[in-house]
Amino acid sequence: MQNISDNENWDLVIEGRGPLFDLKVAEVWNYRDLLLMFVKRDFVSFYKQTVLGPLWFFIQPLFTTIIFTFVFGNLAGLSTDGLPQPLFYMAGITAWNYFADCITKTSTVFKDNANIFGKVYFPRLILPLSIVTSNLVRFGVQMLLFIGMMGYYAVTGGSFRITWAIILFPILVLLMALLGLGLGLIITALTTKYRDLSFLVTFGVQLVMYMTTVIYPLSAAPEKYKTLIQLNPMTGLIEAFRYAFLGQGELSVMSLGYSAVVTLSILLIGVLIFNKTERSFVDTV
Amino acid sequence: MSVAIRVENLSKMYQLGQIGTGTISLDLERWFITRVMGRPDPFLRLAEANDRAVKGESNIVWSLKDISFEIEQGEAVGIIGKNGAGKSTLLKLLSRVTSPTAGRIKLKGRVASLLEVGTGFHPELSGRENIYLNGSILGMRKREIDRKLDEIVDFSGVERYIDTPVKRFSSGMYVRLAFAVAAHLESEILIVDEVLAVGDAEFQKKCLGKMQDIGKRDGRTVLFVSHNMSAILELCKRGMLIETGEIVRDSDAGSCVAAFFERDKILHGSANGRRRNRFLDIRNISVNGGQRYQIDHSSPFDVTVDLSGNDIRQATIFFIVENAFGQSVLHKKISSAAIGQAVIDGDFQIRIDLPSLWLTPGIYSMYFKILVPTDRWSGRAISDRVNLEVTGPMEPSGRAFINPDVDWNIRALESARVAEGVAI
Repeated sequence: MQNISDNENWDLVIEGRGPLFDLKVAEVWNYRDLLLMFVKRDFVSFYKQTVLGPLWFFIQPLFTTIIFTFVFGNLAGLSTDGLPQPLFYMAGITAWNYFADCITKTSTVFKDNANIFGKVYFPRLILPLSIVTSNLVRFGVQMLLFIGMMGYYAVTGGSFRITWAIILFPILVLLMALLGLGLGLIITALTTKYRDLSFLVTFGVQLVMYMTTVIYPLSAAPEKYKTLIQLNPMTGLIEAFRYAFLGQGELSVMSLGYSAVVTLSILLIGVLIFNKTERSFVDTV
Repeated sequence: MSVAIRVENLSKMYQLGQIGTGTISLDLERWFITRVMGRPDPFLRLAEANDRAVKGESNIVWSLKDISFEIEQGEAVGIIGKNGAGKSTLLKLLSRVTSPTAGRIKLKGRVASLLEVGTGFHPELSGRENIYLNGSILGMRKREIDRKLDEIVDFSGVERYIDTPVKRFSSGMYVRLAFAVAAHLESEILIVDEVLAVGDAEFQKKCLGKMQDIGKRDGRTVLFVSHNMSAILELCKRGMLIETGEIVRDSDAGSCVAAFFERDKILHGSANGRRRNRFLDIRNISVNGGQRYQIDHSSPFDVTVDLSGNDIRQATIFFIVENAFGQSVLHKKISSAAIGQAVIDGDFQIRIDLPSLWLTPGIYSMYFKILVPTDRWSGRAISDRVNLEVTGPMEPSGRAFINPDVDWNIRALESARVAEGVAI
């Protein structure tokens, strides 16, 4: 009796288990307006009822730079490849912060939004994407600070130079975003039912920062750890970033290509696991 | 008419209890058996019917068990059932918030679901910003919202507050705004969970009217869950009664609602609601001198009750008849002094003679109550509630309170000739 009209064209069939390989790109595209709404919400709600508003975005990188300059630059005397110390650290911090924000914020997306997810359907991927995008706004504001600082050192005669690699900037940002997104998606999917892993995230990201070339240049890394540091896909990106803006750092097709391949693989895995988890995470979150 | 929703053997299992170290071994075992060995999930066999009041053997329950049905395009279906019967689970599956354990749902057209009013409202954003945010969450495009903004604001009736953050809204205004957004979704299928419970009477009426429009005028399919039976009756032609995860009745809304009350034993139970104390007792209701509580809707009848009191003064006696929805259809009171017993001391029988009430045939419940002006707990007694069955011809709609025999007449105005009266 079931088969009488089963050749009707249904718009949607809901089943327990969907196809494994479904990236839902078209669906996400259909909801692009929602993505912008979420970005707007995040941004506006951040500075509502504050006096300084978006200026608060400056505080964190500024103070981190001061601390790093003091601790690593002055006390520990780590090399900065001849660049002015604050400029060197700020380049690393600005880029790393964006990546770290993407990862930590997307890694709790299921848990934080269980309320909305439990009441209405939209492609779940929209939310992590919106997080990455709204972090971009914040990153943009922090870039202004960095550029301001470059201006200051340019006037006072600090030794740095902007290179042709600056045209790679959008690609670098995109790769950092996607890497953070991919890792965040994997973590959030793994922590919906058993939250153990989520305790590691903030602290793990901190630790990994020391395995990336944020506070030291790759050129100053000890030879025996160099390969390990280079295995970290963020290293290639940060080095390229620093080379683009300050003229010091190791930029090579190899390292950048490696970062891109790793990023895209992680992203693919992340989206697949995420889409698989989203189907019924509401029951177990 | 074509089918808009087809549900085939739909089941949803839930695991009760805490999730923690205890459940991980279970999960691994399950994963190993189903994925690695490719056998059917053994835990599904342990699953039990979901009755929240009964302590079960296993902590895996079927929130929905093997249900199948079809809904035609343009139909308005009311889903009723007790708390935890599986109504909301069904709506959640239909709106893709979670996915089924087994079975499938096939849908035609865009689905808009309103499982909660104001999902995703951000307290810091203004009313207008939240219209955009909430609308987008519900699946509207920005252009669509732009076009309908005025209509939405107008419907919500909170125009004055539209640029104020919603955290300053009263809860009623919040709901008004949220419903207004949802009501303007353009979708072929609208799924609405109990959301009208909030908001004032005027707004509830407006919402129901809007939903009626959606169903009748626009020919869209509506699924509606509510505990408000009159709303269900007003809105829906078809009803579905769900009990412990299974559809126990799928018929017209009126008889579904009646079946719900019947099954829920709201009217049943011999000791239902009785209160007495050593000073005051009221008991033994008889209708027309007997214990058969059945009357014809067109006949006068009398009801008697026994009353005993211990030096009770200034008592007021009430007689109340309620319909299946708990609404009073008759409410009479008299002071004992007015019927010649200023002091009630000893045993008495009260008789109330009623004319033909022309009640719509069905099951009613009736009871007596006696109140004495005192602040002591002993100042009141209530009799058992008994079911009164009113028999008679049924009007097709069956929704009016009374259904008297009437005379219909028609005459042509120019000749002023009275046509023959037709009794129905």
